[in-house]
Amino acid sequence: MTIVSPETPTASPDAPTGTGSPATRVLGGLALAAVALAALYGLVWSPADVEMQDSVRLMYVHVPAAVFTYVGCVITTVASIMWLRKRTAGWDVLAGAGAELALVLVILTLATGSLWGRPTWGTYWTWDARLTSTALLAVLLTGYLALRRLDLDPDARSPRVAILGLLLVPNAILVSRSVEWWRSLHQRATVTTLDPQIDGDLLVALMCGFLAMALVFVWLLVHRFRVGWLEHQAGRLDLDQALADRRAEGRAAVAGTAPDTGTGPGTGTGPGEDTGPGEDTGPAASPPASSGTGAAPAPAAPAATEVTA
Amino acid sequence: MWRDAVLVARRDLRIELRSRVAISQVGPFAVLVLMLFAFALDPDRGVLDRATAGLYWVAVLFSGLLALGRSAAIDEADGVREGLRMSGLEPGGVFLGKAAAVAAQLLALEVLLGAGVVVLYDAEPAGPLLLVATCLAATAAVAGAGTLYGALVAGLRVRETMLPLLLLPALAPVLIGATRAFEAALDGVPADGWPWCGLLAAFAVLYSVAGALAYGALLEGQ
Amino acid sequence: MKPVVHLSAAVALLGRFPALAGIDLDVARGEIVLLRGPNGAGKTTLLRACAGLVPVVRGEAVVLGRDLRRHPRAIRRRVGLLGHVTGLHDDLTVGENVRFWGRAARTEPADVEAALALTGLDGRLRDVPVAELSAGQRRRTSLACLLARRPELWLLDEPHAGLDAGARDQLDALVVQAVGQGATVLMASHELDRAQALAHRVVDLVAGRTITPGATGAGADVGGADADRVDVEPADVGGADVSAAADRAPDLAGAPVPGAEPVPVPPVEPVPPAGRPGTEGAPSPASVATPDVEASPAAPGAEVSPVAAPGVEPSHVA
Repeated sequence: MTIVSPETPTASPDAPTGTGSPATRVLGGLALAAVALAALYGLVWSPADVEMQDSVRLMYVHVPAAVFTYVGCVITTVASIMWLRKRTAGWDVLAGAGAELALVLVILTLATGSLWGRPTWGTYWTWDARLTSTALLAVLLTGYLALRRLDLDPDARSPRVAILGLLLVPNAILVSRSVEWWRSLHQRATVTTLDPQIDGDLLVALMCGFLAMALVFVWLLVHRFRVGWLEHQAGRLDLDQALADRRAEGRAAVAGTAPDTGTGPGTGTGPGEDTGPGEDTGPAASPPASSGTGAAPAPAAPAATEVTA
Repeated sequence: MWRDAVLVARRDLRIELRSRVAISQVGPFAVLVLMLFAFALDPDRGVLDRATAGLYWVAVLFSGLLALGRSAAIDEADGVREGLRMSGLEPGGVFLGKAAAVAAQLLALEVLLGAGVVVLYDAEPAGPLLLVATCLAATAAVAGAGTLYGALVAGLRVRETMLPLLLLPALAPVLIGATRAFEAALDGVPADGWPWCGLLAAFAVLYSVAGALAYGALLEGQ
Repeated sequence: MKPVVHLSAAVALLGRFPALAGIDLDVARGEIVLLRGPNGAGKTTLLRACAGLVPVVRGEAVVLGRDLRRHPRAIRRRVGLLGHVTGLHDDLTVGENVRFWGRAARTEPADVEAALALTGLDGRLRDVPVAELSAGQRRRTSLACLLARRPELWLLDEPHAGLDAGARDQLDALVVQAVGQGATVLMASHELDRAQALAHRVVDLVAGRTITPGATGAGADVGGADADRVDVEPADVGGADVSAAADRAPDLAGAPVPGAEPVPVPPVEPVPPAGRPGTEGAPSPASVATPDVEASPAAPGAEVSPVAAPGVEPSHVA
């Protein structure tokens, strides 16, 4: 199964210059509105919690952020599975976009959780199950993105990245289960950390937070996907052009005008082409060739011009 | 596939025995890690005693990283990977063989570290059945996951840094489980430890299956 | 008979570089074809593409009856590639390496032994770790690994490089013998003297394309009027070299069965063991082979002796 599917990119004047579109502008507008609403509810209209005072307001960001972190991870894993089945670049781009968003959100989760923890527990960090497994999830995502960033052939990189992406959700689940199980042995008595009982206005504020986060998440995902897609398009091989270049190189070599370059246009990715130890030891045997560089023998020239005509 | 696995396992082990790196370098490194912990934590008997199980498994993981790196390096040598592709060996078999070879080395390391811990930290082994079962399950888990992740980063210039970054978070459940199981055994409450052993076994099976399935794609993708 | 290799306008990519930009090549069973061309022309890539290691993205590519575009892995076991890399484990001995790769390809232990003997590695060198070998000895070891698999198609990339004269002669003799037993050889070389003496025909490559259309049809074009081809009658020139080589080399196990696999090109002079001077006192590997040879039937396409034949199976006879 070929992994590379070279197609001619659309070099039309309608090629997108940005990632915006009417749909995303509407979405963006809605997202802004939702964020404003959530901010109002969260900061102004809803009362402070009885137990946690104002720090509960962090929850309106923290909880949605955590939930959408998981959404991002699921997107990555599902897209990786789809890539493995379909081998089309779009899934690969989507997997990357999902993971990046998930990383941003997981850091946000940890930060808000940590800030919440300071007044509540008196400390920025505690090894409770949720925080610990969230921190490990952050490391998992960092590793995944580090692998994506490696400077490799897409052919070599995509299968590795896809398999790592596929493992992301199972790893996250394994980690969170085992951490929870572990910490539950020691912390039966701790305060219910991040699941406060909330209702009424507080619940409304939380829902607004969810709504805002959802809209922002989708908006960011679409844009990030499009950016990635454009990157992919820009870097994609124009096979016909590359073939034409190579043939021109061949014509020049046969005509004897070009020196042996031995590499293709602009890339050096091929492994050693015929550069083994058996270099031209004896040009004498070949049909009378003018140069000692092993260029195609003279009788071939007329044939070459036939071929390229 | 099993036949191929045995063939590859024997090859890997033969190479290790021949080069003696595992014996002369990885083993001493493992003991060295134990000693470093003693330096860092001050052999105030209290701390080392309580932390023995955890320190043991951390030492296993670090030494395991070395062994896994060596295992991946075998197939990075001069065209061996291409040879594997051309040979018609079942990729799943190759994976299982490599994992088995690493597992054998890890088991030897664990025995060595066990002796080290008994001697250096004055540990008293108890609940031997649980200890052995945990070692077996955890070893299979580390070898399976490690071989898969090793294949993910095989051939990369940055393999040596990427492997720990990718593998260790994934092995966190193994560390947690193995340590808890050991603690249960050493504290004389094996019943608490068996569920953790089960978790380790499930982990091992999961990663072995995933690795066997994925290895082919990774081998082909350069 | 269907060609062993059929490439038509084949394009193959190395990363994003079209190393092969339009290859037309047909190789019939039993042919020895030499690929000739400057560095960077794509000879190595062409060989690797025929092995299914480099994906072909355009055009037709059929090797040993299987479509390489859809099933690149299907022919791997039946093909032997001798490339720039050795594919050997430095820490293992010669014998261990050949045995490993032989077993991996499911060959009989006897074939492994025969391969070691044929390349002169069954003596002192058998137990030497590969790391301690010279480059030429490593090449011979890689060649032994290839021989042990008894592939139907040999893909040789600069096979003579690094070998001394005796080893080169030995290689040539092995190639001729394998072809006589039904194998096909595609070879890239800068050693034009020697390679042209060995080859049935020459195909020129420049910038990823074949200069001449490579179709042989039913072999009728070989020796044809195409001015670009250098056609050599190996029986005349190569045969002499081969016989000289046979005197020096340990006896080559097994005779090709007379009449096996009619070859649509000027037939390669087989190397019969019995009538050849200098082989009487051959070391033991020959005796392992000869009884089998005598027993094998003369019918084309029949199962020739396991030691002698390079894995020709009736089902793959076109």
